[in-house]
Amino acid sequence: MDLTLKIWRQNGPQEKGEMKTYPISGVEQDMSFLEMLDYLNDQLINEGIEPVVFDHDCREGICGMCSLFINGEAHGPGRKVTTCQLHMREFKSGDTIYIEPFRAKAFPIIKDLMVDRSAFDRIQRAGGYISVNTSGNTIDANAIPVPKENADKAFDAATCIGCGACVATCKNSSAMLFASAKISQFSLLPQGQPEAKERVLNMVHQMDLEGFGNCTNTGACEVECPKGISLENIARMNRDYLFASLSSNK
Amino acid sequence: MATTSKGLFGSSLARKYWMAVSGLFLCTFLVGHLLGNFQLFVSGEEGKLAFNEYGHFMTTFPVVKVLSYLTYFSVVLHTVDGIMLALQNRAARPVGYVKEKQSANASWASRKMALLGTLTLFFIIVHMKSFWYEMHFGALGLDANGNKDLWTLTVTAFEQWWYAAFYIVAITGLAFHLSHGAQSAFQTLGINHPKYTPIIQKTMTALAWLIPAGFVAVAVFLYVVQPGQNL
Repeated sequence: MDLTLKIWRQNGPQEKGEMKTYPISGVEQDMSFLEMLDYLNDQLINEGIEPVVFDHDCREGICGMCSLFINGEAHGPGRKVTTCQLHMREFKSGDTIYIEPFRAKAFPIIKDLMVDRSAFDRIQRAGGYISVNTSGNTIDANAIPVPKENADKAFDAATCIGCGACVATCKNSSAMLFASAKISQFSLLPQGQPEAKERVLNMVHQMDLEGFGNCTNTGACEVECPKGISLENIARMNRDYLFASLSSNK
Repeated sequence: MATTSKGLFGSSLARKYWMAVSGLFLCTFLVGHLLGNFQLFVSGEEGKLAFNEYGHFMTTFPVVKVLSYLTYFSVVLHTVDGIMLALQNRAARPVGYVKEKQSANASWASRKMALLGTLTLFFIIVHMKSFWYEMHFGALGLDANGNKDLWTLTVTAFEQWWYAAFYIVAITGLAFHLSHGAQSAFQTLGINHPKYTPIIQKTMTALAWLIPAGFVAVAVFLYVVQPGQNL
């Protein structure tokens, strides 16, 4: 396959960036998108050009490190796949592919296509946990009964890998799908109840402090989410936040 | 421009609650307004007197007055809150994408709520100048019963093609605004349920098109029949 790549290049967080064009040939259909970028970088290194910086780790769709806004969509044209699971057979020879970093004020660019998503870590730290000491204190999984439906929904919410595709896709750069998944995975389970009110109030507060936008319910995040996290979680967060605001002592 | 307060004032979710509540209230206002407009289908002296009687009732009955103040307040709240949300949303992405395929994952109306809202606000200002201002502060003639003749003002306005056309374009914009907003308000308020959400979505989407269709029907009727000329 012969392709024309248009890639955002930016030397550092404060530098000015621009789209640069790289023609590339010899790309095989079986390559993953990231392998294609590795292949490009090999060529760039041979030509004495600085390789393109991009995030990646497990390359099997579970770590949440890869990102990229490809041809106008987070993680590219595929559905329920991360960029590392996207393959070049989705494209045709002769295609021009635009590759841009995830864009949000809360996700500053580190270099080229790599962005700083530590805002998500700070939202998690604000309440995305339960305060139970588990070391040497293992409790039988069935000690507290959990309805199957809730267990499934909590599990579905917990499959969020925190990649940030929701933020990148949302026209408002809203992090509500992420935050709501991280809140729901606990609020659906009995173990999450003791800290439920504080959790939703604190995590939403941290989300606001990070400078993410608001939710317009366009539903774009759900469509582009590689893990298919449902908008139902955002409704649950809205509901929990409303009740927590009304009934919390603080 | 991050919001920093928690609770029901100032947080990102709170702003959305107020948008949803004020928006839904304004939807109920639209239903009431439309029912009143349907009286314009009755032409002739009989229709004129009944409509002016209705106009008098709507501007003097205390309960209606309270509702009208609530409506003004809702319009202001929905506008101010909407502007603040739009500014925050813009600030959340200072550098945009070179290539963005928004149509791949979201409906046009849902992505253009601020634009459609602005168009609707502009329409409300013109519309209130045309009728509300004239009714309250203008020099309207009186009908045979001694009521202000709002009917003649209304029907003659819609006999002009450009006024009717502007009205229909604006109401179409409102229809798109409602097609997303009316059902999405429930999601914002946390109402999302496998049993009820499909019903809510269908009902609210149907209302979002039927209510504006009713307004347009009255405007088309007045333009075609020209009841002011036939009296």
